[in-house]
Amino acid sequence: MTGLLFPLAGLLAAALLWAAGAGWMESTTPVASAFAPMATAEALQALLLGSDLWAHVAFSLQRVAVGLAIALALGIPLGVLTGLSPLFSTATTPLFQFARMISPLSWMPIAVMVLGVGDAPVYFLLAFAAVWPILLNTAAGVSQLDANWLLLARSLSATRIETLLSVVLPGITAHILTGVRLAIGIIWIVLVPAEMLGVSEGLGYFILDARDRLAYSDLMAAILVIGFLGYLLDHAARSLHRRWLHA
Amino acid sequence: MNAALAEAVIAGGRPVAAEAVLDARGLSFAHAGAGTVFDGISLSIRRREIVALLGSSGCGKSTLLRVLAGLETPATGEVRFLGQPQAEPHPRSALVFQQPSLLPWLKLADNVGFGLDFAHQPRAGKAALAARVAAAIEAVGLAGREGAYPAQLSGGMAQRAALGRALAREPELLFADEPFSALDAITRAEMQALLVDVVHRWHSAVLLVTHDIDEAILVADRIVLMGGRPGHLVQEWSVDIPRDREDHPDAVAELRLAILAALRHASP
Repeated sequence: MTGLLFPLAGLLAAALLWAAGAGWMESTTPVASAFAPMATAEALQALLLGSDLWAHVAFSLQRVAVGLAIALALGIPLGVLTGLSPLFSTATTPLFQFARMISPLSWMPIAVMVLGVGDAPVYFLLAFAAVWPILLNTAAGVSQLDANWLLLARSLSATRIETLLSVVLPGITAHILTGVRLAIGIIWIVLVPAEMLGVSEGLGYFILDARDRLAYSDLMAAILVIGFLGYLLDHAARSLHRRWLHA
Repeated sequence: MNAALAEAVIAGGRPVAAEAVLDARGLSFAHAGAGTVFDGISLSIRRREIVALLGSSGCGKSTLLRVLAGLETPATGEVRFLGQPQAEPHPRSALVFQQPSLLPWLKLADNVGFGLDFAHQPRAGKAALAARVAAAIEAVGLAGREGAYPAQLSGGMAQRAALGRALAREPELLFADEPFSALDAITRAEMQALLVDVVHRWHSAVLLVTHDIDEAILVADRIVLMGGRPGHLVQEWSVDIPRDREDHPDAVAELRLAILAALRHASP
């Protein structure tokens, strides 16, 4: 029970501060009442019972899945290559470190110009944001493979395929899953601003739409949903990692 | 000198024992750019014999083990396993490392049975392999833990599992590279006794690489001292002290002093 007590106390304290802040602002800015916890809770209840919000959530999660899939499809092979070939690693490390530090959102105007309006530039931004942690963790996994595992495989006269399937790929899976967890965190953060341009569904769009409708309680409710879904996604990625390691 | 301690200086052209499981002649090895690691090494290991290869850190004994195990190709010389020239690791040899190096994504039983079904391993039925794995797990005292993952095992248990993985291959010769040096003293003593017990039951020979003089004396039938740069075999001793050797402290101490004296002469 005490394991839940302190996290709940922290959340409760934050809700109290939230209520106090909204109440204090209300005296000078009447609209602040729409941001208060109770108004948000009522809006959230209405949204959860309706179908609109769920549709936006489904679009956003689908974009997360596509973005992550593209990042995995590019990041794992490039990471294996980086981990295996010192030449490729030396040639690409400065480039990757450079590209990694560019905020994905700064590509947004170019992405829209090149890929047009719609889902494509969002996928590009998400994949571009997510590919680096997957690539770098895969490379680290390959270079940190236990040399004794490879010796063991050789002492069993393992074929290349046997070594790849029974030692290398399972041996780097934990690192790839670490990369996936970091990638999901980044994707979820990039997703909302990426959905604020050129698309008409998704949680980012919903935030802008709520602002335009002056539905500030809906806006606050959407923020709570974004935080909660992000927490769930991270939790899922973490438990996948733990399950794999059986720790 | 105690009659129990027969001492012999390594000489070239020793007659090959008919029952040799491993016979190496005139081995040398060089790393590209790093010079000669060892040179002029001949070593024969008889069936069921436990040989300790003793030497200080960095004397090249681990590299020698890898050459003898068929994992590296010597610059000169030849290794014969059961009389046949060895081009790649022999299916009837097995390895144990300083770290257990279990595969963390496999259960204990799958770790112990790892690779027994690889394409280049001798064909054996599923049931026969399962029986070998079960016998190996039983022998190293891990019966009941077949479903455990490596992360759930203590360091000593993990090293027992690694020893079990080697036994499951029913090795004629077990190569062990400082297998107990990462363990605490109590666990190490247990594992040394276990090693002697299981290789006797499995009728396996052992090449035990170690830098621990006491470990060599307690475990080995024969101790080979390696030293110098490039490395070569300096001296060897047959250990005729009856087991359990802890019960013969005087003989152990005398051999220990003899080895220490040889080490002092060997180092420049």
